[in-house]
Amino acid sequence: MDGLATRLKPKARRPARVKPRPVFPFTAMVGQEEMTLSLVLCAVDPAIGGVLALGDRGTGKSTAIRALAALLPPMKAIRGCRFNCAPGKPAQMCEACQQPRAPRATVPVPVVDLPLGATEDRVVGALDLERALTQGEKAFEPGLLARAHRGFLYIDEVNLLEDHLVDLLLDVAASGENVVERDGLSVRHPARFVLVGSGNPEEGELRPQLLDRFGLSVEVMTPTDLPTRMEVIKRRDAFERDPPGFCARFAPDEAGLRARILAARAALPHVAVPDAMLEQAARLCMTAGTDGLRGELTLIRVARALAAHEGASEVTLDHLRRLAPLALRHRLRRNPLDDSVATTRVARAVEEVFGP
Amino acid sequence: MTPPTPREDAALAACLLAVDPGGLGGAVLRARPGVERDRWLSLLQAILPAGTAVRRLPPGVADDALLGGLDLTATLATGRPVQRAGLLEASADGVLVMPMAERLTRPTAARLTAGQERHGYAMLALDEGLEEDEAPPPALLDRLAFCPDLAEPPGPAPHGAAAIAAARARLPGVDSPEPVIEAILATAMAAGIVSLRAPALALRAARAAAALGGRDAPNAEDATLAVRLVLGPRATILPEAPPEQEAPPPPPEEPEAERPDDATDPTRGGQMEDVVQEAREVPLPAQLLASLAAATLRLRAPSSGRTGAERISLKRGRPVGSRAGEPRNGARIALLDTLRAAAPWQRLRPAPPRARVAVRREDFRIRRFREHSESTAIFVVDASGSAALHRLAEAKGAVEMLLAECYARRDRVGVIAFRGAAAEMLLSPTHSLVRAKRALAGLPGGGASPLASGLDAALAMARLEKRAGRTPLIVALTDGRANMARDGSSGRAAAEADALAVAKLLRAEGHSVLIVDTAPRPQPFATTLAAEAGGRALVLPQARAEVLAGAVRQAIGAG
Repeated sequence: MDGLATRLKPKARRPARVKPRPVFPFTAMVGQEEMTLSLVLCAVDPAIGGVLALGDRGTGKSTAIRALAALLPPMKAIRGCRFNCAPGKPAQMCEACQQPRAPRATVPVPVVDLPLGATEDRVVGALDLERALTQGEKAFEPGLLARAHRGFLYIDEVNLLEDHLVDLLLDVAASGENVVERDGLSVRHPARFVLVGSGNPEEGELRPQLLDRFGLSVEVMTPTDLPTRMEVIKRRDAFERDPPGFCARFAPDEAGLRARILAARAALPHVAVPDAMLEQAARLCMTAGTDGLRGELTLIRVARALAAHEGASEVTLDHLRRLAPLALRHRLRRNPLDDSVATTRVARAVEEVFGP
Repeated sequence: MTPPTPREDAALAACLLAVDPGGLGGAVLRARPGVERDRWLSLLQAILPAGTAVRRLPPGVADDALLGGLDLTATLATGRPVQRAGLLEASADGVLVMPMAERLTRPTAARLTAGQERHGYAMLALDEGLEEDEAPPPALLDRLAFCPDLAEPPGPAPHGAAAIAAARARLPGVDSPEPVIEAILATAMAAGIVSLRAPALALRAARAAAALGGRDAPNAEDATLAVRLVLGPRATILPEAPPEQEAPPPPPEEPEAERPDDATDPTRGGQMEDVVQEAREVPLPAQLLASLAAATLRLRAPSSGRTGAERISLKRGRPVGSRAGEPRNGARIALLDTLRAAAPWQRLRPAPPRARVAVRREDFRIRRFREHSESTAIFVVDASGSAALHRLAEAKGAVEMLLAECYARRDRVGVIAFRGAAAEMLLSPTHSLVRAKRALAGLPGGGASPLASGLDAALAMARLEKRAGRTPLIVALTDGRANMARDGSSGRAAAEADALAVAKLLRAEGHSVLIVDTAPRPQPFATTLAAEAGGRALVLPQARAEVLAGAVRQAIGAG
């Protein structure tokens, strides 16, 4: 009896987490409106396809992502499922969860860091060495992709990621499923996640194939005006000196934004996209010269999320105009050696199609 | 009051760091191993509170040692999973000493910085780099507040352990007044420091100084100290000097620089001015770099199997069997081979307590793979007066076309230019082609041709790249009119002899070399040089380049 109980107890996968340090609140970020807006829109509609933040070091890219995790409302999942399966959607579940009436639990939305030096094993999952060695069992140990299911996968310095990992991520991000065929294992499990990447383009180029997979692309720059810089430093300093107090100061803002995200998610299916807007988006993409249809799809989708977020009932030209740079600037057909700013090319196309 | 000496400042930096190790991030100690560095380290250690963890990071540390993980020996002995804490966790709230920090890889640096956020340790990067480009990863340096000058050993610590402990207790209550923040930020902007991390660190340093002084808020003196210690070194290390603004090279000798065989030169005889020329399109054989690498490999494969475009890896690539070893540091276990190794001993070994199979450490087999190693294209561009007049534009165009090929192949690119007195590294190897293009576009031409120095610089860069596990390809674009020897003396014969000597070295070390002859008429010397270096020579096609450039000009004129 005793032995059975210990075997059923979920075993500790890693040493106990050290004291959880409070996270810098999302709403306390100064500036970087493009980045915060696009992250919020991805939280509203995960199907947008992720965010790529390129820019200087020390501009709060990682801070924003960690803060978003703390902000997002928790989600329902099957209790103890290693893949965070959503209850009530058997088609998307892992094998273990497909039994009826699995117990449910509320879990935080996962935000998983993909470290630069991560091995393929760690990313896709591999044979569980502990169990193979000690019990002679062939078991699958889920990797980072499994942990990121229904959440966010964050890759810092994505432009320095090794090519074989990029290939892998592309495949999984496109199919929403991770297929593992290695070490005599044959496992498939759902892996739908919002890909968030950041990096400094001065340190290396991103493969164009990966570039296109990100829904939105934002440029982050260190603020250069003194008042903004002062505010950044002041808030950072206040947070470091008294994290709980600082977080408490921003708690109402955080709750407000969380409520807005939830409301926007509920409103999303009811936002109308008039045919005229579809046509405008298509014309814009043709003028700007984006490859494929993904540009239009993303632009419309993200405009709908923005409309829902702002409480509008339908997508307007203003939404498209504001979001066009984010959705299109990384999709322009480009010469690798041409460093002319893509943003201006998109802006020119916007002006041409939508008028000044 | 006399200005503080570097010795006093170094000691002060140690005191501030002892007050707020996690917040200030740590320090870079750029010095050779020696008494200066040791004195600083022992000074810091003496004033840290008793019981502070001081750990040393082994060079080339593996991930499982950093982050912890399954302890294989203990797991096998006890028959149940035994976890081991990593080095990062063990140095929580303490100090992590990192010898040979210039050899740290980016992934390791990423782990270290992420671990710092979580465990709050200070990092002491012992940077023993000799060259300018041998430095710890920038992402790491960005987070370390101090860079004490260790030309001399530091002075005695101005504060004792008791004062440090008192300051630590006072630190949380120390305020950050707005004028201090503003002063620090304004100074940072004036010094051209863009990153906001530096002023944030300076603010923390000012607060630590205030805590040491027994004040509730930093005063002007604390702010000045913080600016001097934190922002000072950063302002000087900014590498943003556009090449055009450099002092013009001293024209050492005029008559030898220009050869009389080109009487059509319009500027001949006049003052040699630096000419920045735009890149011009030139026709080059497609896949030049690829074919070069392949050709060299074919040539060398039988003689030395040591390096090449392929190497054995434990992580990825095409599987080629297994070998004994532990599945650590990314190496993957070959399960069947491991069990096969353990099988014959099962009768002899005592049954393990819970496991079914008695596997021991020596049974482990790991997989081996064969993978392609990354390559680095090193461009050596002749920007001397003679080349500038003739074909610098074409040379730039050729490099740009090659860069496009590099982009497709995901190669790294480094650019070296030589003119006047010496060679100059325009760009240390990077993936960023935009930067390569920018470096090249601003390259002025003019002066003598120190070809040997240029090849020397390429050789040094190639050695560094090879040591980092990449395959260097050297592409030298020159008109072959070397006229300055290594020792700075002018003279064609000595210069050519020197260049040939470097070429021999290049061949001896087995680097792939391509010499692109940019002279208006093919020079026999370029061919000789290529032969000596064991590489290939290529003549930049003259007529077609002219035709092409003319066509481009016409199109612009008509449009």
